Amino acid sequence: MNKRSPVWWPAIGLVLLIVVNAIFDPGFLRLAIVDGHLYGTPIDIFNQGSRVMLLALGMTLVIATGGVDLSVGSVVAVSAAVCAQLLVREVALPLVILAALGTGLAAGSVNALLVARLGIQPIVATLILMVAGRGVAQLITDGNVILFSNPGFEFLAKGHVLGLPFAALLVLALFGLTHLALRKTAAGLFLEAVGDNATASHFAGVAAARTKALAYIACGACAGLTGALAAAHIAAADAYQAGINMELDAIFAVVIGGTALTGGRFYLLGSLIGALFLQTLTLSMFYFGVPPAVAPVPKAVLIIVVALLQVPALRRRFLQLFKGRPQEVSA
Amino acid sequence: MKPALTRNLPVLVTGAVLLALYATGGLLYDGFFSGRVVANLFADNAFLGICALGMTLVIFTGGIDLSVGSVIGFTSIITATLISQGWAPAAAWSVAVLAGTLLGFIMGALIERCELPPFLVTLAGMFFARGLGFAISTESVPIEHPLYRSLSDIYLPLGFMNLPFGGLLFIIATIVIYIVAHHTRFGRNLLAIGSNENSARLMGLPVGATKIAAYALNGALAATAGVVATLYTGSGNPATGIGLELDAIAVVVIGGTLLSGGRGHIFGTLLGVLIFSVIQAGILFDGRLNSSWMRIVVGSLLLGFILLQRLLLRKRA
Repeated sequence: MNKRSPVWWPAIGLVLLIVVNAIFDPGFLRLAIVDGHLYGTPIDIFNQGSRVMLLALGMTLVIATGGVDLSVGSVVAVSAAVCAQLLVREVALPLVILAALGTGLAAGSVNALLVARLGIQPIVATLILMVAGRGVAQLITDGNVILFSNPGFEFLAKGHVLGLPFAALLVLALFGLTHLALRKTAAGLFLEAVGDNATASHFAGVAAARTKALAYIACGACAGLTGALAAAHIAAADAYQAGINMELDAIFAVVIGGTALTGGRFYLLGSLIGALFLQTLTLSMFYFGVPPAVAPVPKAVLIIVVALLQVPALRRRFLQLFKGRPQEVSA
Repeated sequence: MKPALTRNLPVLVTGAVLLALYATGGLLYDGFFSGRVVANLFADNAFLGICALGMTLVIFTGGIDLSVGSVIGFTSIITATLISQGWAPAAAWSVAVLAGTLLGFIMGALIERCELPPFLVTLAGMFFARGLGFAISTESVPIEHPLYRSLSDIYLPLGFMNLPFGGLLFIIATIVIYIVAHHTRFGRNLLAIGSNENSARLMGLPVGATKIAAYALNGALAATAGVVATLYTGSGNPATGIGLELDAIAVVVIGGTLLSGGRGHIFGTLLGVLIFSVIQAGILFDGRLNSSWMRIVVGSLLLGFILLQRLLLRKRA
């Protein structure tokens, strides 16, 4: 990470937030080992944040192409509903997880078809599945909350490996793999080229439509897997509540992480830090007694500030406040 | 095809779909062809309709506003809380509409002056307004005011049907916004900006002011919708209008307005709202279908109309 990398901004923000929390709550950074598992607030943040982190991973790829995927929250609901219905019917575990992934892939393919093949604006194309998807989820669960008990499946969200939560490890591993797949091959470059200028990259020989399509499909797969994690987390599927507003958290995480909504350069690490930042913020608002329903207000203010800092002209003016006028500082 | 026909094809298709849906409903269910059902088509979704009118103006400019659902929730709770504290309804309504206008103005200014994407700014506005609404009250607040009771008794007798007050407001708002959008300089500027912002700027149109005004007007209409929602339910609830922004966008698109901006018609939005109401009424009449079908049908219609738009644009190009 070099000195000018935009990933520094969310990283500094995250550290500041943790410091503030640690000052007011000395137990914030304390870790303890109970029953061979590591426990503590930082672990909690990783574990609770794993679902938004996973969505942010897929969302980064889509935003890198200059698009956006609003349907992920609904896809989470559909996938969770599919998992629950299969588990209640005692279908084998690998098949359930494959079904979750398949649901995500199918949803991603629909978005890919609309955006990459038919050229519909991403906001609109994914809006369709966002609206219809929740209806499908409600249809699958028949409007009920479906409870299940399956220790093997619940391990996804509640299990520990080497004393660490499995969900967090899984998501971190997926981030690592995606990073390798994109940065050690030309794939990442293609993605950025398409996001920067789809027409130019098409003429330069990049399969622009296919690259876009793959980004949406990958994003759908992430959402499908997140659905499985969400269902495992509460051992139930609730078509009304599952994944609600999660698309917004995922988009926020990506934007905070330094990837611009206009597409082009993307920062996987930034999105990861952005998701952790959001989770820490949510947790600290709990701690300071902000009612959960009011919590969106600071979140909204924050996102506007971050977005304003990304506007080049405003950023220059902002930085000038600090270093541009030494005579004012001395006076 | 004649150019006039091509231009109006989306609205014509919408009208045909509306008639087909209504006729199907009438054939399937007894009593669907009654004046009462028709009156309720206007009244039951009056606040969605008023909100969709504002959304149409924003979409004309090529923008989008995701905050309207939250603004409805916010203004509905503000109205109810102020009235329950002894304010006169008119004063409470003014405060609510001013608050909505101000929020719209701020979002418009951020979008225009700071060149932030509309989608992001209004997404933040959505969180902001919803959070503020819940900060005022987390629960529904009933409105006990003689004016509210007398307003809910007002009907406009139209011979075959009695139009409730909410539906009347929706129709008045539609007429006003129709004139603003299609018979004023401001309305033509909106469409010009949506068509090609750079050309509009080069032609010397007040692009910035027009865009900010569009968002402010949309905020005002969303706030009005919130007030109408309190009239409809007799209470204010901060959770009113969750997800309503999507219905509003869907209704506008079904009405034939191009989401990339520059083309559309207020009349189409009215038809879109009616289609939405007919589907809702049909599902209610049926009783066997659960409400999740509503979302699926709206989603499918949205898809169908977007594909139709694509087809028309491709033909023209």
